[in-house]
Amino acid sequence: MVTLAVASVVIFAVIEVAPGDPASFMLGVNAQPDTVAALRAELGLDQPKVQRYFSWIGNMLTGDFGTSYTYRSPVTEIIGDRLWVSVPLAVYALVLSTLIAFPAGIFAAARRGKSGDIAVIGGTQLGVAVPNFWFAMMLVLVFAINLRWFGAGGFPGWSGGVFPALKALTLPAIALALPQAAILTRVMRSALIDVLGEDFMRTARAKGLTRSQAIWRHGVRNALIPVLTILGLQVSFLIAGSIVIEQVFYLPGLGRLIFQSINARDLIVVESVVMLLVFAVVLINFLVDITYAIVDPRLRQRS
Amino acid sequence: MSLLAIDNLSLSIGRYDILKNVSLDVAPGEIVAVTGESGSGKSMTALSVMQLLPDRAVTKGQITLDGHELLTTSEAEMCSIRGRLTGMVFQEPMTALNPVKTIGAQVMETILLHTSATRAEAETRARDVLDRVGLPQSRFPLGRFPHELSGGQRQRVVIAMAIALRPKLLIADEPTTALDVTTQAQILDLLKGLVADYGMGMLMITHDLAVVSGMADRIVVMRYGEVVETGATAELFSNMQHPYTKMLFDASRHRVDLPEARAEAPLLEVRNAVRDYALPRTQLFQPREYYRAVRDVSFTLQKGERLGLVGESGCGKSTLTRAILGLEPLQGGEIKLNGLPVLLQGRPNLAVRRQMQVVFQDPFGSFNPRHRVDRLVTEPFHLLDDPPRGRARKDAVDEALTAVGLQPSDARKYIHEFSGGQRQRIAIARALIIRPELILFDEAVSALDVSVRAQILDLIADLCRSYGLSYLFISHDLSVVRTITDRVMVMKAGEIVEEGGTEAVFNDPQHPYTQALIAAAPVLPDPVEEAV
Repeated sequence: MVTLAVASVVIFAVIEVAPGDPASFMLGVNAQPDTVAALRAELGLDQPKVQRYFSWIGNMLTGDFGTSYTYRSPVTEIIGDRLWVSVPLAVYALVLSTLIAFPAGIFAAARRGKSGDIAVIGGTQLGVAVPNFWFAMMLVLVFAINLRWFGAGGFPGWSGGVFPALKALTLPAIALALPQAAILTRVMRSALIDVLGEDFMRTARAKGLTRSQAIWRHGVRNALIPVLTILGLQVSFLIAGSIVIEQVFYLPGLGRLIFQSINARDLIVVESVVMLLVFAVVLINFLVDITYAIVDPRLRQRS
Repeated sequence: MSLLAIDNLSLSIGRYDILKNVSLDVAPGEIVAVTGESGSGKSMTALSVMQLLPDRAVTKGQITLDGHELLTTSEAEMCSIRGRLTGMVFQEPMTALNPVKTIGAQVMETILLHTSATRAEAETRARDVLDRVGLPQSRFPLGRFPHELSGGQRQRVVIAMAIALRPKLLIADEPTTALDVTTQAQILDLLKGLVADYGMGMLMITHDLAVVSGMADRIVVMRYGEVVETGATAELFSNMQHPYTKMLFDASRHRVDLPEARAEAPLLEVRNAVRDYALPRTQLFQPREYYRAVRDVSFTLQKGERLGLVGESGCGKSTLTRAILGLEPLQGGEIKLNGLPVLLQGRPNLAVRRQMQVVFQDPFGSFNPRHRVDRLVTEPFHLLDDPPRGRARKDAVDEALTAVGLQPSDARKYIHEFSGGQRQRIAIARALIIRPELILFDEAVSALDVSVRAQILDLIADLCRSYGLSYLFISHDLSVVRTITDRVMVMKAGEIVEEGGTEAVFNDPQHPYTQALIAAAPVLPDPVEEAV
């Protein structure tokens, strides 16, 4: 809650502090003075700052984010439409990166120093080093242009069925997921290697568990804490990363919206989207904290 | 007919020969103790029986357990032997349990793994086993997590996992080394009882000869990966053949020759010291609760006096030590050295700190590995307004190193080039170099092997003669405190429950807690009496 309040003040202040009048800024240099005045009135810029801040917050709490200047429709509606692309894309990418990283990390940790481990480490090196938009373009080149398995971009909407929509999101999700998966694999590997050196792993072996049984039953869950931390941070990066990826794949998501709004100087949309992203990050951190407590009983008393 | 027979076992890892032709056997119902100092190969012997050796270990010889030849048994078969025919208890109970699983689940795992028991049956059996090791249902339901238990209780859970299927052989690797004396006595009793009840054979690894003498039927003494002597406990103690065994035994009961104490004037005065720790709030607007770690402690240490402070873990002795060093604020009372308060406006008083130095337990962790010895030893110089430089600095380093039995040439070496005992000598040199009025020894010999410990204790006695040291010796080890101090204080739950001349307290303890401590501490039989 505190984080959100602080963030809202900062966002509001930055827009306020930005030089020039928001209305004339939004309309550009060639605007007529009376148009600017009309917009000022529409935006409520003629009212005192404190009152504007509280009405902005109050409206947001009731779900009213204001009206976009460029789209001439409520921001809530615009964002709502875009969320239907961006949230599934982020979740899709997250699931993919987890599905790749967990097995790969566990595989590498169990074979530490052997060829399998070295191969995985090499792969993650590549994944970390290569930027995701380049991945995106390579994926388009191979799977959309040469193999024609997927479309090169665009989004058919969910009304046409779940499968075509997911299909359209697959390449962008892969492009988003691969670099994240590379980082996550490394974290999983090193966390698990640390755990494998713990005394309780030896205890588990002394009970008669095989090496892999011991890793799965006692190792993985103990390695999850650092992995969850990184996973939580990555969700924020996924949202940020989608700005570029949505451009490459021409997806009507939040990332594209914020990009277009900044270009069109639509401050109301920018303000709202940023606030929403802050909210999303806070929410995710909260979820990560809850998951910590589920994974590790020692953390339950503290929270 | 022996249960476990190790025959000419050799083990090497890379170029290093860890074990050389080790032979020993354990009969059903018999407790065999393997003893020796660190690096003697006693733990590797235990791990060889479990076949849980490091990946690159190469073994030769034979290990026969109940008709199975373990060295040629496949890994899959070993998995069915571990936990079913052999159980193992480890040294460090705080980390031997998986922190994210309940104790019930961890005990049940052994049962479910090796038998066709249903979950409900396994639960009943786990309950029975936990009851047997002294963790009753009322206070220790199966859903407890390891972090909710004390060290001794955790060790009971580890034992429960090891004996859940009544294995024929129980291997205990330093099972009580990490525990307090009273807890140690209880765990040793428990292990003895289990061996008698179940007719198990037990292979016990320990460095502590006093523990061995009270537990084992037979003793195997190891050094550098070889068995140097073996025999029935009573016979071996009364008639030691190998010089190494004699040395170990002498070192364990080593008494130093302290010079006469000269109690001149009060040096350290602790008056009604109180230290509270704030506990985390349980509810948002409730007043905070406090845990009182040090309760109204008062004592005086005279100049030239050697004072001991004993107590079990959690009794507040570390907190008190930190308070004396000015590292912890007090909530009541005061601590003065030579009449000056150790804390001035909440910050350590430099004028006092330069009169006081400390030697910690861990000779590995208390040095910066990237600094050379001369830099490490001269660290306390930053407390001085005008530290010696150049020639004077070098002379000071030379003198300090010589005083603790090292060479002046050692000054240019790094800390990893020294053994544990030598590192502790360097720690003492570091404490001595500014000629402090008072030295605090915080468990300073607890991590050392007995022979090294004896040497360090002799060194401290020597330094008492040449430097007239005054010190506070904090330890959980009663036998050490007994020989190295003039006066002793016994601390329990933040309070000093008894204090007096060391010999008087040990010979005739007044407080029930002191009596319990002394009764629980294992003692070596006196060789002179046995011989008569």
